[in-house]
Amino acid sequence: MSAVPDTEIEGGVASGAPLIAAIGVTRILPGVVPTTLVHDVDLTIGRKECIAITGPSGSGKSSLLYLLGLLDLPTVGEVRIRGRATAHMEEAERAHARLSTLGFVFQFHFLLPEFSALENVMLPMKALGGLSREVMRERAMSLLASLGLSEHTTKRPDQLSGGQRQRVAVARALANDPPVILADEPTGSLDSASSEQVFQILRDLVDQRGKTVVAVTHDVDIARRMDRHILLQDGGIMSDSGKGR
Amino acid sequence: MSLVVDIALTHIRVRARQTLVAVAGVATGVGFSIVMAALMEGSQVDFTRQLIDALPHITVTDERRQAPMQPAEIAYDAAEIHGLTPEERRRGIKNPLAIMASLEAWVPGAVAPATKTQALIRYASRDVGVTVQGIDPHREPKVSMLATQMRQGTLASLYRANNAIILGTRLAERLGARLGSNITVQTTDGANLNAQVVGLFRSGVRSVDESTAYVLIKTAQILAHQTGLVNEIRVRVTEPLDAQTVAQRIERESGYKSVSWQEAHEDLLSAFVVRNIIMYTVVGAILLVASFGTYNIISTITHEKTRDIAILKSLGLREAAVRRIFVLEAIMIGLIGALAGWVLGYALTVALGTIEIKNPMIDVTRLPLIYSVRHYAMAAAAALLSSLVAGYFPARKASRLFPVDIIRGAA
Repeated sequence: MSAVPDTEIEGGVASGAPLIAAIGVTRILPGVVPTTLVHDVDLTIGRKECIAITGPSGSGKSSLLYLLGLLDLPTVGEVRIRGRATAHMEEAERAHARLSTLGFVFQFHFLLPEFSALENVMLPMKALGGLSREVMRERAMSLLASLGLSEHTTKRPDQLSGGQRQRVAVARALANDPPVILADEPTGSLDSASSEQVFQILRDLVDQRGKTVVAVTHDVDIARRMDRHILLQDGGIMSDSGKGR
Repeated sequence: MSLVVDIALTHIRVRARQTLVAVAGVATGVGFSIVMAALMEGSQVDFTRQLIDALPHITVTDERRQAPMQPAEIAYDAAEIHGLTPEERRRGIKNPLAIMASLEAWVPGAVAPATKTQALIRYASRDVGVTVQGIDPHREPKVSMLATQMRQGTLASLYRANNAIILGTRLAERLGARLGSNITVQTTDGANLNAQVVGLFRSGVRSVDESTAYVLIKTAQILAHQTGLVNEIRVRVTEPLDAQTVAQRIERESGYKSVSWQEAHEDLLSAFVVRNIIMYTVVGAILLVASFGTYNIISTITHEKTRDIAILKSLGLREAAVRRIFVLEAIMIGLIGALAGWVLGYALTVALGTIEIKNPMIDVTRLPLIYSVRHYAMAAAAALLSSLVAGYFPARKASRLFPVDIIRGAA
C-alpha cells in the first residue's frame, strides 16, 4: 500500500524536530479509476500552533488529517512524528506513537455507545497503559470537569446532547495528554451555540495548555480565528499563512 | 488484556436485549438438538431392546447346521451314499445338564433349559395348534422377559396345579379360555393331557401371543413322550452385542446350532443400519442448522460493531486486541447460550417424557427418551464452535480495515 522513498532517519527522535512533518505526502485511493486524495504535500507542524485546514469539498482536507494522524498511510512520501519516520513502524509502535502524541476529535463524536462518558475518556489511557485505575479515573474526572461535564460523567453518549458529546470526545482526545489535537470538522454537526463552545475549548487548549490544534473546518468564521490557515485545493496546498515561520 | 475483557463484558451487559436474543437463539438450537438426539437415540435404543428382548439372546437347539454324516462317509473320504434312510437319532440335546454346567462356567450371563414341542389345544370345541414350551420357572426370568410379560398369574403359578399351563393372551381369546379353564393338550404322538390355565402373558409380538403356551419342563417332557428331554438351552448374556461371538463359541464347543438374536433378526438388523444412518443424519442436520443460527446471530452482532471497531483502532487498540474482544463476546454468548440450552433441552426432554401414548392396539407407553451426557456435550460443542467462528471471522475482517475506511464511510 505504501511506497516510501528510502530516507532513513538517523538517531530517531530529534529534540528540535517538529511535532508532525509531512514530506512529499501523496495518497492515492486504489480502484478501477485511482483517485488522488492528497497530492505532494509538504507540511510541518510545531508546538503551540492553532491551525485551520480549509478547502472545498473533496479537496482532501480530511484525508490529509488522517495521514497526519497516522490513521492512514501515504502512498508516496512520509509522515514523521517528532522526527521519527512512521512508515515502517510495527502496528504496536505506530499505535503507541499515536496514543502518546496525538488526540483525535471527529465530526461525529465516535464515542462507544455502551460506555459512560467517564469510561470513554479512560479508554485511550487503558490502551496506552502504565497508569493505575485510580489515577486514570482521577485524570478522566478532572478532564471532564475542566470541560464543564462533571455532572455527566456516568451518562452514556445517547443521554448527552450533541455539544456535550463533542466535549466528551475532546476530553477523550486529551486523555493521554498528547501535545497535538487533530480535529476533523469538530463543529460540523453542532448548532451555533455548541459550535462556539467547542471552538472556544480548542482555542483554550492552545492558549492555556500549550497544545497544538489542527482543525479541518469549512466554517470560515472559525478558520479566521485560528492562527494559521492552510487552504487545500485538489489535494494540494494552495496557500499556507504560516509558511516561512 | 483487562481492557479487552472490560470492553467485551460491557458490550454484553449494556446491550442486554441483544445479548438475550443471541443467547436465546443459541439456547434454542442447543435445546432442540438435545431433545431430538434424546428422541432419536431413545427410539433407537428402545427398538434395539425390543428386538433383543423378544427372544433369549442365544438359543441352543438340538439341531445341527449340517445333516449328520453317515458312518461310511466318516470312514472313507471319497464315499458318497445315495438313497439311504438316514440314521434315526434320539431327539434332544445330549447330556443337557453337563452342557449347561459348562456354559455357566464361562458364559457371562444366565442359562436356562427348555423343552419345546408342538401340540394342539382343544377347548370348547375349538382347536388351535401351538408351540408348547416347557420351562423352569426359577431360571426362566433370568433369560427372558416372560416374567414381566405376565398379565395374569405368575410363572410360579405353574407349580400350583397338576399340568398347569400359561397361555398367550391372544391364544386364550381364540380359545375362549380364561384363568382356571381346563383345556386339553394333544400331540401328534397321541399324548393327551388335561391342563388348567394358571396364567396369561402378552409379549406384544402377535405371532407369539397367538400360538405359544408355557408349561413346566416335566409336563412338556410327558407331552413329548420322552423323559429327561431338553431340546433348547436359552442363554442371556450380560452384553447383548457380544451374543454373536458367544453363540459361535457355544456352537463350536457343543456342536449344536446356537442362534444369536442378531442371526435370528438378520432382516431387521439391516433395517437397523438404515435407521442408524437416518438418526445420525437428522441429529447432524439439526446441529448444523442450530450452528448456522448461532453463526448468524453472532456475526450480525459483530458486523453491527464495525464502527466501534474503527473507533477502538483509532484509539490505538491493536488488531489482535480488537479481534479478541469480539471472539470473547462470541464465546461468552455461546457459553451462556449452551448452558441455557442444556436447561431448555433437559426441560423439553422431561416434558416429552410425560406424554402418554394411548392406543387400543398397544399398552400405554411413553416416548422412548434417553438422557446422555454425550448429547449435551455435542450440542454445546457445536454451539461454541459456531460462535467462535462467527465471532472470529467478521472481527478479523473488521479489525483489518484501516479506521479511516470506516470513518470516511460514516462521515
